[in-house]
Amino acid sequence: MTALVEAKGLKRFYKVGSGRTRGTLHALDGVDLSIGTGESVGLVGESGCGKSTLARVLARLVEPTAGSILFRGEDIAAIPLRRFVASPVRPRIQMVFQDPTESLNPHLTVGEAVADPIRRLTGVRDTAEIDRRAHAALERVGLPEVLIGRYPHQLSGGQKARVGIARAIAVEPELLILDEPTSALDVSVQAVVLKLLADLRDRLGMSYVFVSHDLDVVRLLCERVVVMYLGEVVESAPASALFEAPAHPYTRALIAAIPDPQRRGARPPRLDGSPKSPIDPDPNACRFYGRCPIGQPVCGTTKPPLKPVGAGHSAACHFAGPPAETLGSQGQ
Amino acid sequence: MSAPPLLAVEGMSLDFRTRDGRVKALDGISFEVQRGEILGIVGESGSGKSVSAYAIMDLLDDNAELGAARLDFAGADLLAGDRSALRGMRGREISMIFQSPRTALNPIRPVGKQIEDVLVRHGPVPRRQAKEKAIAALRKVRIPDPERRYDAYPFELSGGMCQRVMIAMALACEPMLLIADEPTTGLDVTTQAVILDLVRDLVDHSRMAAILITHDLGLAGEYCDRVVVMHAGHVVETAPVADLLARPAHPYSARLIAATPSSASSVDGLASIPGNLPNLLRDDLPLCRFRERCDRAIARCDSDPLPATEVAPGHLVRCWRPL
Ligand SMILES: Nc1ncnc2c1ncn2[C@@H]1O[C@H](COP(=O)(O)OP(=O)(O)OP(=O)(O)O)[C@@H](O)[C@H]1O
Ligand SMILES: Nc1ncnc2c1ncn2[C@@H]1O[C@H](COP(=O)(O)OP(=O)(O)OP(=O)(O)O)[C@@H](O)[C@H]1O
Ligand SMILES: [Mg+2]
Ligand SMILES: [Mg+2]
Repeated sequence: MTALVEAKGLKRFYKVGSGRTRGTLHALDGVDLSIGTGESVGLVGESGCGKSTLARVLARLVEPTAGSILFRGEDIAAIPLRRFVASPVRPRIQMVFQDPTESLNPHLTVGEAVADPIRRLTGVRDTAEIDRRAHAALERVGLPEVLIGRYPHQLSGGQKARVGIARAIAVEPELLILDEPTSALDVSVQAVVLKLLADLRDRLGMSYVFVSHDLDVVRLLCERVVVMYLGEVVESAPASALFEAPAHPYTRALIAAIPDPQRRGARPPRLDGSPKSPIDPDPNACRFYGRCPIGQPVCGTTKPPLKPVGAGHSAACHFAGPPAETLGSQGQ
Repeated sequence: MSAPPLLAVEGMSLDFRTRDGRVKALDGISFEVQRGEILGIVGESGSGKSVSAYAIMDLLDDNAELGAARLDFAGADLLAGDRSALRGMRGREISMIFQSPRTALNPIRPVGKQIEDVLVRHGPVPRRQAKEKAIAALRKVRIPDPERRYDAYPFELSGGMCQRVMIAMALACEPMLLIADEPTTGLDVTTQAVILDLVRDLVDHSRMAAILITHDLGLAGEYCDRVVVMHAGHVVETAPVADLLARPAHPYSARLIAATPSSASSVDGLASIPGNLPNLLRDDLPLCRFRERCDRAIARCDSDPLPATEVAPGHLVRCWRPL
């Protein structure tokens, strides 16, 4: 698989506070990410760990503090944001935003909202053709025709979410970045959207960055999963390996917390405490240290780098590794 | 008999007037919330979950026409009497967490101050102590470094953090009823568990009851006591949650449970429910709004108004041919 996107050392810092509380918030702190043509990469991690920031940096909506983004070999991070809008790469990257209420223009009807990027980005000028494409996109996300004349405030949450997805797929981008696209959808509508995404990938070779809290969905749609914690990648693996043999203790906690109706009443152990502050983090400590169930003193003094633990599988933990049973057989 | 419910909704209907005609968003729905329970509301996108909540809160758009036989809360009749007095009482005793949290927050006021405002407005908390309490509230919903994040504006927080600020504000009011509309869609599973444990504890140990609107049946199964299933503006089934998950009686509920992605092994293996919600603008909506998607329909479905059958104690289904 040739890489469509090769991102290296992406950082995004924010200055926060004033006076005594002044500090630098490390929203994204040195992330490498490669996305193959036709590959779906799942991006998961705790709320506030920097997933949306990474998504926005990749879509060139937020300027990275440092790092490069090679898109088919060209460093698009070097193009100033203002020039990027007019660049030929722009229509090839689309983004579906986390909160559809926030991202839809309240003054555009559903039909107008979907037609808008087609008009601006594809060079199609024929109004009838624009309409045809807009309607086709809406139909594919399962949005009934009767909603086309409605305004966003007249729609339900899941209906707005589907308008956001229709907008992005209507221009058939090469890279589609989806930030929690299905979190407002019920399982049935979600199935329609996931099948659509799988189909677009197979037919057009579209690549996805798929941010989601729903690990079941990530397992089904994505070939590779990247786990973030406080601005950094802590584990990256083929989806099957990640779910069968998670190597990082944070990933294991995440998988253990998937809701299970069978478990009612008997609460499983929760991950204790809140994450450390993203403001001026200690450069020499593992960011999960303090909450980690297997932490050792070394974790507080030496930050573990991302290192290989299996085929295409890497984790940033001093004690990462395959689970105990396979460890034994490997030792022979 | 059991104590009177905290909230009783009976025969509530709701139309929206639009350019294209009337959207019949709710049609005679009924449900109750008991003290000390979490009631789940589940159902397909567009089935009327959020608008039911808005109706209870008196927050509907101007183009809405509400009809209800009964809407009682804590012994008060919310349909009779002085609207502004009732609004005040709703504001004090019912808190709502909206589906889109960032747009529900004030964009130009630091989030810590917004929590403080709520504390001062609702309780005997003097301004001096309010800051400390607001920081404690942020800590409770696991916002790291709450002392410094107190000054953050909504745009400086992640989606899930805004959602947690909304939750902190709602809980700070110590309401009798919390209505949480998809409160954890922006949260990872570990944070979600912490937040919902918090809500569950408040329901178990204080006077608060809750309505949890969600499309996640796994979540409903873990946290709710009873569940109401909605489809196209109808309540089609009401049941204790374990009963519903084990023995759904309405064909729609059964399909919804079968479509859970955890049971699929590939995208192709995902089940979806055939067809769409019926067009709610139609004047000739069938008596059963699931009729056109149902493979169990019989002649009676077209001729007689839906029954309300009790298939087990507290398990009601509106269907002529339940499973
Ligand atoms: N404009 C900004 N100014 C200051 N801090 C910001 C800004 N945007 C994001 N942040 C901070 O960066 C961190 C990462 O935020 P981000 O939105 O990327 O998280 P996320 O992983 O998408 O979380 P969620 O799952 O809750 O959506 C958070 O601590 C957030 O407060
Ligand atoms: N102001 C309005 N004017 C016209 N129709 C509306 C209006 N508000 C809501 N509707 C319609 O009413 C129906 C119910 O909407 P509601 O927001 O309650 O759905 P929901 O069950 O919350 O769905 P979701 O899970 O997608 O949030 C939808 O079909 C919606 O399009
Ligand atoms: Mg986000
Ligand atoms: Mg809703």
